[in-house]
Amino acid sequence: MEIDPFIFRLSIFVLSIFVGYYVVWSVTPSLHTPLMSVTNAISSVIIVGAIIAGLAGNSESVFNISSSFGFLAIALAAINIFGGFLVTHRMLAMYKKKKKEKK
Amino acid sequence: MISANFSAIFYLISGVLFILALRGLSSPETSRQGNFFGIIGMIIAITVTFLSIGNFSTGLVFVLIFLLIGGTIGAFIAFKIPMTAMPELVAGFHSLVGLAAVFVAIAAFLNPEAFNLGYPGNIKLGSLIEMSIGAAVGAITFSGSIIAFLKLQGIMSGSPITFKGQHPLNALILISIIVIIYLLCSSQSSKLFWILLSISFIIGFLLIIPIGGADMPVVISMLNSYSGWAAAGIGFTLENTALIITGALVGSSGAILSYIMCKGMNRSFFNVILGGFGASDQTKNSQNKEQRPVKSGNADDAAFLMKNASSVIIVPGYGMAVAQAQHALREMVDTLKKNDIKVSYAIHPVAGRMPGHMNVLLAEANVPYDEVFELEEINNDFANADVAFVIGANDVTNPVAKTDPQSPIYGMPVLDVEKCKSVLFVKRSLSPGYAGIDNDLFYKENTLMLFADAKKMTEDITKNL
Repeated sequence: MEIDPFIFRLSIFVLSIFVGYYVVWSVTPSLHTPLMSVTNAISSVIIVGAIIAGLAGNSESVFNISSSFGFLAIALAAINIFGGFLVTHRMLAMYKKKKKEKK
Repeated sequence: MISANFSAIFYLISGVLFILALRGLSSPETSRQGNFFGIIGMIIAITVTFLSIGNFSTGLVFVLIFLLIGGTIGAFIAFKIPMTAMPELVAGFHSLVGLAAVFVAIAAFLNPEAFNLGYPGNIKLGSLIEMSIGAAVGAITFSGSIIAFLKLQGIMSGSPITFKGQHPLNALILISIIVIIYLLCSSQSSKLFWILLSISFIIGFLLIIPIGGADMPVVISMLNSYSGWAAAGIGFTLENTALIITGALVGSSGAILSYIMCKGMNRSFFNVILGGFGASDQTKNSQNKEQRPVKSGNADDAAFLMKNASSVIIVPGYGMAVAQAQHALREMVDTLKKNDIKVSYAIHPVAGRMPGHMNVLLAEANVPYDEVFELEEINNDFANADVAFVIGANDVTNPVAKTDPQSPIYGMPVLDVEKCKSVLFVKRSLSPGYAGIDNDLFYKENTLMLFADAKKMTEDITKNL
């Protein structure tokens, strides 16, 4: 009997939780705020679902109910993607080491 | 159009890049590179999605238009937002992830053919379960984050809102969500789908209103975690590895942060979530107490003490963020350093309104990150320091947490500020902190209270140095 593909996805999910667990524990506490903003940005990869929904409308009616929700989700996720990565970048650019004396 | 296997491999690559993005945050040096990996991962995921659909009808134009609208708004916010407003921003972003998850779930429910999930009224059982879980968690994330945002922004009072029968009501709603998901999956009824969404919105709202302002670090982390689980649920529905990996990463990241925050307050997760910390009777007790004498001073006294010190430890808290005093503080420290005084910063895990809040503010004020220390790193140094400068912090310095088993904050790790030769405490009044208890530190022999706005006081001290 073949294994249901769901089981493979579940395996990826469970292993990713473990990867996440170890990776996040190694994040230095001073970067916890950027961690939150970057996780925000990457969780907006949900935009792939929104794009599929948005492009699913047929050519006669681009805006059916389903694709309209897709378009709205695209806009929301895009706010997050651009906002999240840029604000993280802005924060990380501020973290500086002590300047070497006499430079 | 590219094959499904091909695009799956690219989704996997972007998942790996997201892992590297988080990995980069293990030190500030590698963090910028990590953020770059994250961006590449996102570009790959979006490009592959376009390529895998291939059929570029008129819809494409609109997809790009909405992408552009969202992107512009996002970029605008990212450049404009002041660093002190970071907790609100993150809460706001969480709500958007939640709502996006809900919208994608609705789109998939209404048009399952587009996602290869079956037909309306006859959606594959597994997909329907995943979809409804994703939608419910997304809805909870959305409304919960909205409340967190309103509380942080000050539009809604930060004090806990409680009413009789709150916990039984919440429990009832949570159980009914599970029942509705079960009924929805057996009947495929769209009516139940909408009911599920509505009550999930309501429960998100009800879960967050009893939680007070200073517990926001836990709430934000928790909502961060929820937004991840919502994304993972949708990822299962769409059979998309990038989304599943990301959801798992974000979910565990938020969970770990909540754990760290709870530990920083020595409270259990459930204790925080059930709300009502620092209940009113404790506040009344402290008001009834007889007035104990405190020593108060002015900027001149503070400057004198610091000038004669050889090492100073600064303890920032939420009050510093409120008063926007971080730049004034840096200027004061610069002056101290010119006088060969050693200065370091001590940060309590729950200082501020979100994890790492103080670190970002100090970084913004150009404080080098290697002068900023965590509680465990610096706590032993207080005994050898001459002056502790407490600016905007309160409960996290309260020695009662170590001495009085009756105290509500007993057992919470605190900064050993009282071990310093002298303590300067910048505060507007003697009012108790968030936990609603008096701070013993105010009445110690070696404490000098500086009653003023944090920013103004810091500026005055600099002038007197």
